[in-house]
Amino acid sequence: MSLAGAGTLFRKEVLRFWKVAFQTVAAPVLTAIMYLLIFGHVLQDHVQAFPGVGYTSFLVPGLVMMSVLQNAFANSSSSLIQSKITGNLVFLLVSPLSHWAWFVAYVGASIVRGLVVGGGVMLVTVWFAPLRLAEPWWIIAFAALGAGMLGSLGLVAGLWAEKFDQLAAFQNFIIMPMTFLSGVFYSVHSLPAVWQAASHLNPFFYMIDGFRRGFFGVSDVSPWLSLAVVGGSFVLVAGIALQLLRSGYKLRS
Amino acid sequence: MSTHAIHFDNISKVYPGARGAFKALDQVSFQIAPGEFFGLLGPNGAGKTTLISVLAGLSRATSGRATVMGHDVIADYAAARKSLGIVPQELVFDPFFSVRETLRIQSGYFGVKGNDAWIDEILAELGLTDKANANMRQLSGGMKRRVLVAQALVHRPPVNVLDEPTAGVDVELRQTLWRFIARLNREGHTVLLTTHYLEEAEALCGRIAMLKQGRVVALDKTSQLLAGKASTMLRFKTDDPLPPAVGATARVTGRIVQAKARDAADVETMLAALRAAGVKVEDLEIGRADLEDVFLEIMQQVAA
Repeated sequence: MSLAGAGTLFRKEVLRFWKVAFQTVAAPVLTAIMYLLIFGHVLQDHVQAFPGVGYTSFLVPGLVMMSVLQNAFANSSSSLIQSKITGNLVFLLVSPLSHWAWFVAYVGASIVRGLVVGGGVMLVTVWFAPLRLAEPWWIIAFAALGAGMLGSLGLVAGLWAEKFDQLAAFQNFIIMPMTFLSGVFYSVHSLPAVWQAASHLNPFFYMIDGFRRGFFGVSDVSPWLSLAVVGGSFVLVAGIALQLLRSGYKLRS
Repeated sequence: MSTHAIHFDNISKVYPGARGAFKALDQVSFQIAPGEFFGLLGPNGAGKTTLISVLAGLSRATSGRATVMGHDVIADYAAARKSLGIVPQELVFDPFFSVRETLRIQSGYFGVKGNDAWIDEILAELGLTDKANANMRQLSGGMKRRVLVAQALVHRPPVNVLDEPTAGVDVELRQTLWRFIARLNREGHTVLLTTHYLEEAEALCGRIAMLKQGRVVALDKTSQLLAGKASTMLRFKTDDPLPPAVGATARVTGRIVQAKARDAADVETMLAALRAAGVKVEDLEIGRADLEDVFLEIMQQVAA
């Protein structure tokens, strides 16, 4: 793999979202604040997810992680589909970059965007609720792995989609429901047994739960189980993305 | 290891379809030597862009093998692509970046660092210096085309492929472009050009291949193609119907008639036939056949 080439593509992908940061960073931060203000205000005195943790405090890590995941997905998927549709992907296709270089650059930039937006959400929302950092290594591990997994999934979706509406369908019918049903807004222990079981099939649940563990030191399931599920999901999706890139799926006729 | 700059060895490309397979390329074989200025001509849909796509790795041949500077475009794709600079036919650009950023990024993809001196030289040669910091979206079509050329050259590839680079561009850009490309060719770069402007191909290309329906139908030195096929051409303008002695071999474009004659005697016979038929002739010229005449003759022969 050409490190210099991969580095250039990575920097280009970071620069691409940074040049429109108002849309790619500020807008998702504002959305997260809206969620916090509305849900926090309505449910603060009605829901207690973990003992001794107020609802707004409980909500903040969930919103941060949701922002990390959604923006990591958006970065790789939207960049690829835009380049495919406008035709400028040809500049990359005629380059000597390997499928590994593509993967590292696109997923790396997705992780950066996810972490920048997540950091922005945390900086703003932390004023609304007290947060602890009980086990911070889990915060770093789940934020990075979750963003990597969603960046890889964005790569797969961006390669598969041929039109913007196909990508929107992927985002609206797969990513959004899986994030909303992952326990961002509630603890899965508050759900009926059937829905609890269903939540355990959703890898996003483990990302949120493990990430939240880093703040409060408590979680719905063991953080090691979450790490195994999230790590396994990342390896699986990354493997699919790499194979699609290697075969030139929908890139080379 | 092949010593050719470009080598197409029995390349076929078949696209499967609901109504049956479509053969875009049919056992295409030819080589281009280092330093050649080579023309690839053919009507729309002949397979020129598909052949270039195979070379660039944008498309994979169904069978056969292609190399660039001896590097297989599949097995040794990184080395092949480093040796190749492609100017694509479509006017594509990345709207997020300025001209200079675009060129730096393209250099970086090829692992070329600290390339600003060469980037400045290309910008100057292509008349883009004052647009270096302009966003790509702000450029006119002609300027975007210049940037495409600059992107193809930014990593100093020894082999340059220009796929209809002058389609729809003004005279100034054509002259600027050909001056620069001719300089690169003099310095040893190999150039493969596809164009519909046959006067450009005749003026620039030492050798020419003609494609039709995915097959090579002519391949020779430009001078040999002109000498071998050609003949004398009788050119004039008229509004009158042509007598059969002239009409049988003539190509009529509006009022302009171009009739092929085998020799001087044939010219005399044609002129006599025109006089006898009372055809009023304007701007009569007798000259050598050009590449367009040769091209049309070859394409008609293949169709027959």
